[in-house]
Amino acid sequence: MTDSTSRRGFLTGSAAVAAAGAVAAGSARADDPAITEVQPWAQMLGDGVDARPYGHPSEHEAHVVRRHVAWLTADPISSVNFTPLHELDGIITPNGLCFERHHGGIAEIDPAQHRLMINGLVDTPLVFTMQDLMRFPRENRVYFLECAANSGMEWRGAQLNGCQFTHGMIHNVVYTGVPLKYILEEAGLKTNAAWILPEGADASAMTRSVPLSKAMDDCLVAFRMNGEALRPEQGYPLRLVVPGWEGNMWIKWLRRIEVGDEPWHHREETSKYTDLLENGVARRFTWEMDVKSVITNPSPQAPITHGKGFTVISGVAWSGRGTIREVHVTLDGGRNWQQARIDGPSLPKSMHRFYYEFDWDGSPLLLQSRAIDSDGMIQPTKNELREARGYNSIYHNNGIQTWHVRENGEAENVEVS
Amino acid sequence: MSRFPEFLAVALLAAGPAFAGDFGLGRPATEAEVAAWDIDVRPDGEGLPEGSGSVAEGEEIFVEQCAVCHGDFGEGVDRWPVLAGGDGTLASDNPVKTVGSYWPYASTVYDYVHRAMPFGNAQSLSPDEVYALTAYILYLNYVVEDEEFVLSNENFGDIEMPNVGGFIFDERPDTPYLAQGAPCMSDCKDEVKITARAMVLDVTPDDETNPGGELVVVETPVEPEPEPEAAPAHDPELVAEGETVFRKCSACHMVGEGAKHRVGPTLNGVVGSPAGQADGFKYSGALTSMAEGGLVWDEEALAAFLRKPREFMKGTKMAFAGLKDEADIAAVIAYLAAQE
Repeated sequence: MTDSTSRRGFLTGSAAVAAAGAVAAGSARADDPAITEVQPWAQMLGDGVDARPYGHPSEHEAHVVRRHVAWLTADPISSVNFTPLHELDGIITPNGLCFERHHGGIAEIDPAQHRLMINGLVDTPLVFTMQDLMRFPRENRVYFLECAANSGMEWRGAQLNGCQFTHGMIHNVVYTGVPLKYILEEAGLKTNAAWILPEGADASAMTRSVPLSKAMDDCLVAFRMNGEALRPEQGYPLRLVVPGWEGNMWIKWLRRIEVGDEPWHHREETSKYTDLLENGVARRFTWEMDVKSVITNPSPQAPITHGKGFTVISGVAWSGRGTIREVHVTLDGGRNWQQARIDGPSLPKSMHRFYYEFDWDGSPLLLQSRAIDSDGMIQPTKNELREARGYNSIYHNNGIQTWHVRENGEAENVEVS
Repeated sequence: MSRFPEFLAVALLAAGPAFAGDFGLGRPATEAEVAAWDIDVRPDGEGLPEGSGSVAEGEEIFVEQCAVCHGDFGEGVDRWPVLAGGDGTLASDNPVKTVGSYWPYASTVYDYVHRAMPFGNAQSLSPDEVYALTAYILYLNYVVEDEEFVLSNENFGDIEMPNVGGFIFDERPDTPYLAQGAPCMSDCKDEVKITARAMVLDVTPDDETNPGGELVVVETPVEPEPEPEAAPAHDPELVAEGETVFRKCSACHMVGEGAKHRVGPTLNGVVGSPAGQADGFKYSGALTSMAEGGLVWDEEALAAFLRKPREFMKGTKMAFAGLKDEADIAAVIAYLAAQE
């Protein structure tokens, strides 16, 4: 990456342009060489149609990547990286930027060798090939997938300085897949069936117990995301979609679903993904992801570089219990709140995009957003969460995030009284 | 909802066409196919294969295949999971969630070890080996006390984990919702102060040259191991042998200049001293009461402790099965005696 295309170079360049603009405003405006000089791309021919058979972003966007935090995990294989939320807009996450969480690395599966088995409390245990699965009626649905540990590092206080790291264990894509109900009914459910155990084909053979009621409600067995085949890191060729529920349950590289009458209490629903309370007792089977929002711009990785004047605050909101009915934004740390403007599709269990436009006078800001979902759940403050659950819960931190924006436009992750 | 008319349209689409099922897709799975993939185990024992393994067998496999990440005694190396200890920490500021302190069911250990371990060589262990490893991990956590204990599909149901009662169902909503009142919109507080800042911690990956960031922890600088001083009172050869044996202990104990307490106390000058004398180390109740009873770590007492730690001191925190070779015991005591 050359300096001029790096994030730092881009920001420095923007600041320089802003400064030049400020100077020019007071005197005769200098001619802009971006206009007066013929640029190379305006004169010479570019690449032909097949130069990039699978397209990729401009080289000037090379800083827009998933990133990981090395100290979080013992190694990069059983680890996690983060979606660059501060570089995105709208509600759809591009496939290559969807955060990754693996427990045994990425399984590289030949779809011709992939099978889905249904066994357990069914009339006939069945095996499906990918071709079989694509012959079922399919649906298209937009859902967010959020890791239950998203913002988990922030339970004890402001820690990571950037919404990519504080809130980036989430993505939002349109899935194409088969309602799980159709597949289970094809095998025929026994009357005592009450739970399913989806299992991955990767080296961790990931499993989670899912109640049958959810499986029969809105779960999908998906093979496409944003129109194309799932990415290997997202479970190619097949993953479970468990709308609104914690990401760990969305088994990737799905190879088997067992039907049973009891939950299995496997590692990921006992040792992990249980929410330890202050008294040492832990909640288990805390599946729904609660209402949450975050301002993505400005934020520590995306400062205001244009100086004072009209500006746009942008962010995302979502709830595993339905749609987002309102988002409020405060500029003064929660003393006064304004309605934000939700723009774009408002779909259940999907990200929503919100904006709040205002004329910034250049004074410091304490920015927060607060979402309310269609169930009437209000995004809590971090202290309200701590009062309810203590400091050791790790999971399901949907608390209100504060960014402190200084006069120079730089932002920091802080907490306020 | 009138603000979002598109929501209604979406709701109609989501209803979708209704299908009655029976598409005639897929084929019956064979018994062998189901057996090959159906590896899951439940707390009631459903799914356990026939087999058995002892604590001692488990220890051998563990040291060979697991200790590189989890440590010889499940103490965890670097940031790899800690498997043992942590009793009584769940309500503290620093909960240590291990198999013994947290996991509600032993079946989870069997299931997970078989399906996902060893890391990078999953599903390579035989049922007997998985029973043995499960037995050893239970032993490290005092869930079973006897080194001769053999775990099998027959007696699996007898195992009760200490924290089996430590879980409750989801109690949400436990934070405000609209029916309790709309949230405040103006003049909600008198003043606002910044109470915490991420930049004080500085743990964020910042740019391409430092992509991972660093966790701010005070690391003990790694000093070169000081050469044991071969004072005439000590047999230099025996001390050198003892230094080799002491590697087994060094996961938990430090000796020499600059030694600090780790999982276990520093051991400088321990030989010949009264028990429980290392400043600032929190000893087990068992050790404290034996110290009050006048226990002195002379060579005889140390040898007995190192031979069978849990027999010599019932309730010790030292998760070490003991040294089997008398020569090793003599050597490590000589090495410790050389550390003033």
